[in-house]
Amino acid sequence: MTTTSLAHRATAVAARASDLSKVYGLGETQVVALDRVSVDFRQGEFTAIMGPSGSGKSTLMHCVAGLDSFSSGSVQLGETELSTLKDKQLTQLRRDKIGFIFQAFNLLPTLTALENITLPMDIAGRKPDKQWLDQVISMIGLADRLGHRPTQLSGGQQQRVAVARALASQPEIIFGDEPTGNLDSRSGAEVLGFLRNSVRELGQTVVMVTHDPAAASYADRVIFLADGRIVDEMLHPSADGVLDRMKAFDAKGRTS
Amino acid sequence: MFRTALRTVLAHKARLLMTVLAVMLGVAFVSGTLVFTDTLGNAFQNQSAKSYKDVAVGVTSYDHRDSGEAGAEKSTPGVSQETVGKIEGLDGVTSVTGRVSGFAGVADPDGKLIGNGWANTGSNFAPGKDGKDASYAFTEGSGPTKDGEIALDKATATKGKYTVGEPVRVATNGPVKEYTLTGVFTTDDGEVNAGGSLVLFDTAVAQKLYLEPGFYNDLTITAAAGASDSRILDQVKPLLPENAEAQTGKQLASDQAAQIKTSLESLNQMLLAFAAIALFVGVFLISNTFTMLVAQRTKELALLRAVGATRRQVKRSVLAEAAVVGAIASAIGFVLGIGLAVALRSVMGMTGARVPAGALVISPTAVGAAFGVGVLITLFAAWLPARRAAKIPPVAAMNSVHGVATTKSLVVRNSIGGALALLGSAGIVAGAAAGSDGRMLIGAGAFLAMVGIIVLIPLLSRPVIALVRPLLHRVFGVSGKLAGLNAVRNPRRTGATASALAIGLTLVTGLTVLGVTIGQAVDKMTTDNIKADYMVTMAAAGDLDQTALTALEKAPGVSAVSPQQSATLEIKGEFRYASAVTPGDIEKVINIASVSGSMDTLAQGGIAVAEDTAKSNGWKVGDTLPVTFSDKKKGELKVGATYKKTEFLSPVLMSTELAAAHEPKPYIPEVWVKMDGGASAANEQALVDSLGKNPAITVMDQQDIRNEFGGMINTLLNIMYGLLAMALIIAILGVVNTLAMSVFERQQEIGMLRAIGLDRRKVKRMIRLEAVVISLFGAVIGVGLGSFLAWAIGQTIKGEIPGYALVIPWDRIGLFLVLAGLVGVLAALWPARSAAKLNMLTAIKTE
Repeated sequence: MTTTSLAHRATAVAARASDLSKVYGLGETQVVALDRVSVDFRQGEFTAIMGPSGSGKSTLMHCVAGLDSFSSGSVQLGETELSTLKDKQLTQLRRDKIGFIFQAFNLLPTLTALENITLPMDIAGRKPDKQWLDQVISMIGLADRLGHRPTQLSGGQQQRVAVARALASQPEIIFGDEPTGNLDSRSGAEVLGFLRNSVRELGQTVVMVTHDPAAASYADRVIFLADGRIVDEMLHPSADGVLDRMKAFDAKGRTS
Repeated sequence: MFRTALRTVLAHKARLLMTVLAVMLGVAFVSGTLVFTDTLGNAFQNQSAKSYKDVAVGVTSYDHRDSGEAGAEKSTPGVSQETVGKIEGLDGVTSVTGRVSGFAGVADPDGKLIGNGWANTGSNFAPGKDGKDASYAFTEGSGPTKDGEIALDKATATKGKYTVGEPVRVATNGPVKEYTLTGVFTTDDGEVNAGGSLVLFDTAVAQKLYLEPGFYNDLTITAAAGASDSRILDQVKPLLPENAEAQTGKQLASDQAAQIKTSLESLNQMLLAFAAIALFVGVFLISNTFTMLVAQRTKELALLRAVGATRRQVKRSVLAEAAVVGAIASAIGFVLGIGLAVALRSVMGMTGARVPAGALVISPTAVGAAFGVGVLITLFAAWLPARRAAKIPPVAAMNSVHGVATTKSLVVRNSIGGALALLGSAGIVAGAAAGSDGRMLIGAGAFLAMVGIIVLIPLLSRPVIALVRPLLHRVFGVSGKLAGLNAVRNPRRTGATASALAIGLTLVTGLTVLGVTIGQAVDKMTTDNIKADYMVTMAAAGDLDQTALTALEKAPGVSAVSPQQSATLEIKGEFRYASAVTPGDIEKVINIASVSGSMDTLAQGGIAVAEDTAKSNGWKVGDTLPVTFSDKKKGELKVGATYKKTEFLSPVLMSTELAAAHEPKPYIPEVWVKMDGGASAANEQALVDSLGKNPAITVMDQQDIRNEFGGMINTLLNIMYGLLAMALIIAILGVVNTLAMSVFERQQEIGMLRAIGLDRRKVKRMIRLEAVVISLFGAVIGVGLGSFLAWAIGQTIKGEIPGYALVIPWDRIGLFLVLAGLVGVLAALWPARSAAKLNMLTAIKTE
């Protein structure tokens, strides 16, 4: 297990941020959200980004995922440099190469579960790969619920549909923004299990922002952010280890 | 709470602007109409008062010698010169001016009539002892003093480019004659100021033309200072013949003012109808806006409730907001309305009707009506949203999920709508089956059905829009698919939005279908019945002179001529309308289908009777019927033929020869002419020339005849299209409103779609398609309902219009649908832009 991820580490980088900075406002009201962050997200690896509120963890993910612009530095997604892309190209990039999982599930209430899963392909005007789609659906275990609308599904089921949507278009990388934030612990564990399985078994690359140490323990690697900088990194994390690390932030935050 | 309401109004300026616009349009029409008619009425009243200022007593007589009333033939044609002399001798009377008047058409140098034929008057120049006629102020030359001389009002002289000393051709009810212009005058006469023409003749000439020598139609009596008008009136009355009436100048002035007021009423009603439409549709729009505002502020309102505001207070705050919006909109609308009134006045001025100058009259009623209507309508429309706001539970403030108003079950609404629609349809079908007797039933049914359908619109939106969804998906991909789904997401809102267009298009489609259908029927009737190439008539629905008929008969190239001369006959003691025609020629100019007997018998002094009249009276060909002619002479006439009833002839036909023996002055409303070579410019000119280029006589070919009827229908339709424009504007506002609300509510969704790869163009397209789908849905309902109504009304008038067949003008209906689609595209401009510009990160961020 460790050897495979190490082997991947040696091989290819799915996304890379170099000297990435993001600054809001001007002069006295200036806020530095990201301060020259450099980080690699390797192919076939499950990375969790952690940090206290306002540490810049979400901003980092948004910038790398092409959702937000940045002030300086560069972001590379595979071979593509994001800083030079226009909105239209960024949209296409997100559509074809990136999958998203949101905290609030964000399914379209007007579409059935299956239609929600194939929505990114629908937007691209592509036919879904039938075999792959079946594999993904059987993995999330919702085969009998495909005709249901989101309102007829539980929160956990909705998020599983969202995971399937992210996986279905076979993106190069999946970003999750607190994917278990709105779920109870059992449903959360299920979703995280799927994400981990997709990395282990399907070779998917996943980057997830979370504040839950238990969620982070599913990842191969945890990156800790504070005040817009990467302050620590942990491989093969355990929930307790992450929690201890986070407590250190809290203590520091209180004393400073 | 009121301050909170005021703050909210200010905070949502852009959104409320649309509401303001809808109320404003309605109020502008209401106040514009009231101010305009008040102003106009006042101006006319002032003018009447001015023109009767010096009149103590006015006398009007009417000639009823031809009326057929007992003893009427012995009465005088008017007021005699002798009576005038007696009145002049009365105590306190300073002058008596006699007037005699009738039709006089002035030809312009091209031989065309100046004016429209309805206010082309001729009268007499009646100089007093000083040689001046007080009613006319000469700007050039002087009044006519002998035969062959005339004076013209200034506007007419200017239009014809005539100067004093030049010859002017004038047509009265006889052949056209050339007169020398001796003078040009101005006058206070209302008809002249309203765009009519006035020709003044020497008194003797006018009397000979219009009445009989020595007689007048009207008298104007002036009194010495201090003399009582009513005392003079009492003295004048016994001197008058029984066919004359006298009134004081004051009474006359107020009568005239009242008359003008009545004539302004129809204009008033039409404008108010526009206002009603604007406000009716506006109600939906206002209601939508307030629903949106309440939905947006669910949390805020819940917070107010949580900290102790009562339901009543919440409801009142929303209503207070509505009142503020209504008042502002009314104020702006009122100012616009005054502008509209001024604009209307100048438009009227441009069409040739000179409106007397006068100050703008802004009555308290107009102000009250404007504000009352504006504020009340807004409050009424905001009532439901306000109730809904009051129902927001305090706990909604704690809820993290964005508060979307729960879609209440539509069961009650659908049941009511279904019942109304069914009842209405039943009424219409029953009415249509009953024919012309079912008119009331159809009217009531149509109204019920319309209300029912509007109530049912939310229910209808799902299946109707579902029909086009596959098409949307196929043509526009995922944007189309999502747009189709979004359009039916909130059926209530979609319904309210579509209603605006549906109502407007129901009216317009209904009238268009009816108009086109009737137009077609008239066309068909003309083509089927008229064989003649030309119809010759007199201006102002007057009658033609015998000389005109003779001239036409002699015109070169004419192959058949027959008048349709109005006559009356008493057959077996019953009064009948008859047409006197030229035997032999009449069949060549009018399509007469003879049923039995022969039309040739007309030439032998027989009569022909329409088949249905003959049947209902049991008359057969060969019967000899006792008749009384219009000159009371009795005789016997033989029925020589029966023919199929036609719209262009009376049910009894006789020869002009027979009629002439009993009617010295025949009444000829029209003459039909058939010519060698058919209708052509040369032939038409030949007819005009043969009539001495009489400006008052119109020569119409078949197309002209069709246009004369069609013209009225087209004018009516054009007014309706103005209404459509109005409905469209309001519909655009409504669609903008709904879309803005949808975009706001679906921020998170749109953010997600953008994140997973829907580009801005497709987001815009999605919103635009939603708008187009909603608009077209409304349009289709409107077109369907309108066509249905037209069919129903058509069934009731079918019997009165021969050759009636429902015509659906697909081209125009297609145009309406295209316009509705455009409404959608236009309305989506702003909401689509704001959806595309949405900040993805803020949108998908969970609070």
